[in-house]
Amino acid sequence: MAEKHIDEISGVETTGHEWDGIRELNNPMPRWWVWTFYVTIVWAIGYTIAFPAWPLISDATSGLLGWSSRANVAVELADARQAQASLLTQVVEMPLDDILADPQLSQFAISGGAAAFRVNCVQCHGSGAAGSPGYPNLNDDDWIWGGSAQDIFDTIAHGVRHPGEDDTRFAEMPAFADILSSEEIRQVSAYVVSLTATPAKPEIIEPGKEVFAANCASCHGEDARGDREFGAPNLADAIWLYGGDEASVVAQVRAPKHGVMPSWLGRLGEPTVKQLAIFVHSLGGGE
Amino acid sequence: MNFVTPTIVLAIGAFVALLGAAFARDRFFEAHMWVLFFVLLASTVFMLRRVSFAPAAAKKSGEDADGYFDDVVRYGVIATVFWGVVGFLVGVLVALQLAFPDLNVEPWFNFGRTRPLHTSAVIFAFGGNALIATSFYVVQRTSRARLFGGNLGWFVFWGYQLFIVMAATGYLLGITQSREYAEPEWYVDIWLTIVWVAYLVAFLGTIATRKEPHIYVANWFFLSFIVTIAMLHIVNNLAVPVSFLGSKSYSAFSGVQDALTQWWYGHNAVGFFLTAGFLGMMYYFIPKQVNRPVYSYRLSIIHFWALIFMYIWAGPHHLHYTALPDWAQTLGMVFSIMLWMPSWGGMINGLMTLSGAWDKIRTDPIVRMMVMAVAFYGMATFEGPMMSIKTVNSLSHYTDWTIGHVHSGALGWNGLITFGAIYYLVPKLWKRERLYSIRMVNWHFWLATLGIVVYAAVMWVAGIQQGLMWREYDEQGFLVYSFAETVSAMFPYYVTRAIGGGLFLLGALIMAYNVTMTILGYERDEAPIPGAAPRLQPAE
Repeated sequence: MAEKHIDEISGVETTGHEWDGIRELNNPMPRWWVWTFYVTIVWAIGYTIAFPAWPLISDATSGLLGWSSRANVAVELADARQAQASLLTQVVEMPLDDILADPQLSQFAISGGAAAFRVNCVQCHGSGAAGSPGYPNLNDDDWIWGGSAQDIFDTIAHGVRHPGEDDTRFAEMPAFADILSSEEIRQVSAYVVSLTATPAKPEIIEPGKEVFAANCASCHGEDARGDREFGAPNLADAIWLYGGDEASVVAQVRAPKHGVMPSWLGRLGEPTVKQLAIFVHSLGGGE
Repeated sequence: MNFVTPTIVLAIGAFVALLGAAFARDRFFEAHMWVLFFVLLASTVFMLRRVSFAPAAAKKSGEDADGYFDDVVRYGVIATVFWGVVGFLVGVLVALQLAFPDLNVEPWFNFGRTRPLHTSAVIFAFGGNALIATSFYVVQRTSRARLFGGNLGWFVFWGYQLFIVMAATGYLLGITQSREYAEPEWYVDIWLTIVWVAYLVAFLGTIATRKEPHIYVANWFFLSFIVTIAMLHIVNNLAVPVSFLGSKSYSAFSGVQDALTQWWYGHNAVGFFLTAGFLGMMYYFIPKQVNRPVYSYRLSIIHFWALIFMYIWAGPHHLHYTALPDWAQTLGMVFSIMLWMPSWGGMINGLMTLSGAWDKIRTDPIVRMMVMAVAFYGMATFEGPMMSIKTVNSLSHYTDWTIGHVHSGALGWNGLITFGAIYYLVPKLWKRERLYSIRMVNWHFWLATLGIVVYAAVMWVAGIQQGLMWREYDEQGFLVYSFAETVSAMFPYYVTRAIGGGLFLLGALIMAYNVTMTILGYERDEAPIPGAAPRLQPAE
């Protein structure tokens, strides 16, 4: 039916048909193409014999190798648990100070704590644990609630001002706007700032000192160095939770912000909270 | 032509949309019906102005000299260029939104809504219009028959544009059935089904009335694309609407069956929409532009049947290491591997068609574009089977490597082959001697190629880094990185990716200008491409 036609340039016969000027050469399929295709098919058949593949009525062939993704992941999880089992048991059983004293164990706890910190703590305390306004820096040695491993553990375990948690760290500085006059608040703020910097009006430092002694020293101490019993921050170390400029101090005296940290014991479990405590302790300020 | 019937149908449609808005059961449906109402109302007014009320209204000539129905192809080419630019622009926007989250404008332009807007705009609006336009052009010429069904072609074109507008406005309003690449809700799906069946009738009818003894290979691919997409679209979108006056529906499938249906559809949208359909395009425009016969008829027939048989089974590779049973994952993987050579058959036939005309890569930027398209096709169809291997997939899955893979296929293969076809078609459709500027084609080629290379390379690095960070354990057996750290590590890559996409967009803008000037009838005064043969004059 189709007449013979030879393509001039290649000398190859065409199929003899033509569509809108397009012809088709009658070249054979490239050998390497055909053979690679065959190889992939043979490999596919082999693979489906080795692994679960062929669907049957209510099940499928399970494959000669007996592999299954669920069994595989179960084995990997078991291996991972096994690898950590001995150290993890020791972390659970030993007191924090003993863990700190054991280099291998504390290294393990620091790694685990760091992993948990990256997922659970960085949102507030920052990826480098440096904190931000309202969220304490955990790298320094300024601790509101204490910097021993046990103190840190208790803080993480029970949180700060966590509602419904009996053992939570709790402190509530009164709103001095209701107690002091605006003038007195300005004075006491100038005094607090003066402990580490120079306030705008140095002349009101002295009256401020008196206001401090009468109203603040009971918690923050005569020397304003704070008291961890009450969770009262040290005001004389130039480290500020809510800002150290005069306006911020005034705002905090008038109507203090009371930050909240969740209690983590129920969520993460004791082994992880212990590791977190060791990790935070290791950041530089541990006592 | 008297436009009375379409005008009446549009007016009734507008009224029905108004009723839909009035009795809507939820505010999303109401808003969407208002959109539909205004679109149909504007169309009605537009059509009304063209209706002639004289009884013997002059029949619009409209007929092309060679008897082909090319007006719809002209509209299709313009729509392709337009939606292409829109889709690429939204692509650059979503790329920047990932790098700079502040660019998420709530609620209409947050990433969750602009992302499907981008994917649908490039796949269905740009790609779909390119496929409809080129298939109508090719099937008429290779069948030597006018497009079947008279104005059916117009219905397909405008019906499809309505689908695009409804889909796009739906996404921005927040209407979605949350199925990837099939986000439009049930009523838009039903409309697309009607349009698609009309498309099938027009295409199949043209083949049935052909004056050639055989069906050309390009038409096999186009037909497999149209038929399979109809099947995929209908099955994947089987859903029960909560109300016929509401925008919400629930899938007929649940759990892992639903996921598998989704990826059976999703993967074959790639296989039949973006591969088979565009191979149809390649099988016509490459032989025409290089003026050489197709390399091997035998290869075309074997790789065609192998491709369409293998592709339909490969979807489960999107669900490796999920709740999908192991046997289905295995089958998805082995079919993907076997798909490698059938895919490459198209690449071989495309490239080897240049035998005897390789010099045209140097002298003809349009050929260069088409060859680069086929090269990217080859790369993407090697990468795909490789990524379907479970071991590789355990690293690559859910990372930006997948995004890079998709874009080397979409920008490189679908984009460049479409650009090549557009540059071929525009002078012919508008009867111009040549394009406004060949040198601009060259600029477009280099900008697009550079953009794709930057995009794909950056996403490979990003994806592999991401995958390695996710699975990095320290010696003590603890994860080294949190997820948020892996996200912030992506920032420089996301910025670079946006630059790559920007280059690609810039090339498309140059094309839009070049095409517009060609249509308007300008010819740029420019030096010819070095080595190009002087334009042949007609022999008469």
